[in-house]
Amino acid sequence: MLHKYRWYEYVLIYFGLAVFLTFVLAPFVEAFVVSLRPLSSLFSIPYRFITDEMTFDAYFTMWENVPLLWMYMFNSFFIASVVTVLGLMCIIPAAYAFARFQFPARNSLLGVFIAVNMFSGAVLIIPLFKLMQQYGLLNTYFAMIAPGTAFVIPTGIWLLRSYLVRIPKELEEAAWVDGAGRIYTLWRVIIPVALPGIVVVTITAFITAYAQQFIYALTFNSVNELNPLPVGLFQFFGRQTVVWNELMAASLVGILPVLFVYVFLQRYIVAGLTAGAVKE
Amino acid sequence: MAHTAKQKDYFPYLLLVPATLVMLAIVAYPLFETFRLSFTNTSMSPKFEYVGLENYEKIMSRQFPQVIARTFYWMSLSVGLKMLIGTLGAVLLNAMVPGRALFRVLVMPPWVIPIAIGVFIWGWMYNGQFGMISGVAQRIGILSGPFEFLAYKNSAFMATIVTDVWIGVPMVTLYLLASMQSISRDLYEAAWVDGASRFYRFRRITLPLIVPSIATMALLSAIATFNSFDIIWILTEGGPRGATTTMIIDTYKTAISRFKYGEGAARTVMIVLFLGSFTFVYFILLSRLARRSPNNAA
Repeated sequence: MLHKYRWYEYVLIYFGLAVFLTFVLAPFVEAFVVSLRPLSSLFSIPYRFITDEMTFDAYFTMWENVPLLWMYMFNSFFIASVVTVLGLMCIIPAAYAFARFQFPARNSLLGVFIAVNMFSGAVLIIPLFKLMQQYGLLNTYFAMIAPGTAFVIPTGIWLLRSYLVRIPKELEEAAWVDGAGRIYTLWRVIIPVALPGIVVVTITAFITAYAQQFIYALTFNSVNELNPLPVGLFQFFGRQTVVWNELMAASLVGILPVLFVYVFLQRYIVAGLTAGAVKE
Repeated sequence: MAHTAKQKDYFPYLLLVPATLVMLAIVAYPLFETFRLSFTNTSMSPKFEYVGLENYEKIMSRQFPQVIARTFYWMSLSVGLKMLIGTLGAVLLNAMVPGRALFRVLVMPPWVIPIAIGVFIWGWMYNGQFGMISGVAQRIGILSGPFEFLAYKNSAFMATIVTDVWIGVPMVTLYLLASMQSISRDLYEAAWVDGASRFYRFRRITLPLIVPSIATMALLSAIATFNSFDIIWILTEGGPRGATTTMIIDTYKTAISRFKYGEGAARTVMIVLFLGSFTFVYFILLSRLARRSPNNAA
């Protein structure tokens, strides 16, 4: 058989997988173990992976020492969600235009959109900072949402366009014959049919918006109540004496909900990745 | 559609309005502003003057060329490692062994969590006194005493790369895995019937067919790595003594920490030039690939 391995091949493959997955997952395991150790045993020499007196105390005390933890988690989720919704409002019509209509400069315009992918927020941080300052937008949710939105649009357009191209044109023609307007057709015919593609775009946009909030919040926001999780916890990281067990516990609790959801959405995530590898 | 081509049609432009507005406001105008600022001595105060090329002369005469070289060194090492580990990972995950579905899910976490959170964990792992890496290395005898990875130039440089690789590898792996799975089984079966060994099949079928994907990923990865901010900022803030200061970090320090917007903008213009050339290469690559297989451009 083609896929029958000999025993030493099995050993080799599993050994390779073990090394590979150790590299990927060891930090999470370490973070979990650290969150279970009291500070006294954390700061002990020599290094031990497992120590006596493991406890879940940090998971209770962290709510007192990081009083805004709930708020940070909410903000992260809120910012990423708004970015995703605003992004979709731009992406869906634009992708439809690129997929369905002939107009002058269509391909170069699409190229310009894709080229935006080469920038990150870090590149445009100076003028954005000045603009936000000028219009009094610093320290608002808007300051963290707007730049994020711009950077989910190009990939989204690319992904959804390639999905929409495959929808048969007869659908729109049938709607046209029935007297439907074009906006109505987009809203009532195209969007429902394209839903699987839109789901992929939504998830891809959300992941991007959720994973990359750090620099905007760090630069544009100094109101602690508005901070997303990464910047909220960064303040604790920066301190002279880092309460590592609580920081790790808070980090894990903070990422657990999304991690859990992603496991179920795995198929869509990979679909989005492979269909539109225009941005890491 | 037949009815749309006949007269001048504004509908597609209408559809593009929201996306275009956002791009103009958040990308195009700021980009233009950066260009303009780079010829001024803008700082905290609202007053500024145009100073010609002074900012560019300043950065060229100082340590900036060194920062550029370091950025490229950092980027090449990181991208090279990502590609190497990612390809190996994809090959392993592509093996038809029990448990593979689970292993594929387990690769994802570093990619989908907020970058900063992953970096916090690495910050602890690099701790010299109590961290995991120093601890394990002492146990097995590689290190004779505690070693503070982020306190020395070379080790801090490598530490930021390792963390960047850790964050980037899952995406490369899953992308290359999907690319391997899209290869027709018939090819392998034909080769198998002809008695080709597993390694031979990999070298003559798998590898040539995924090279375009590797190239695409390498380029995208290079762009992302060039733009990388969170990892270095959280771990070292560009230190110790500038050892991990890449162009992005240098720009951020100049503009946001020291309020020298003009000088920062000149640095940004340099960054944009480099990124522009990467993107140019990317478009050439995309059009080549599109010509080869019209249905699957990327």
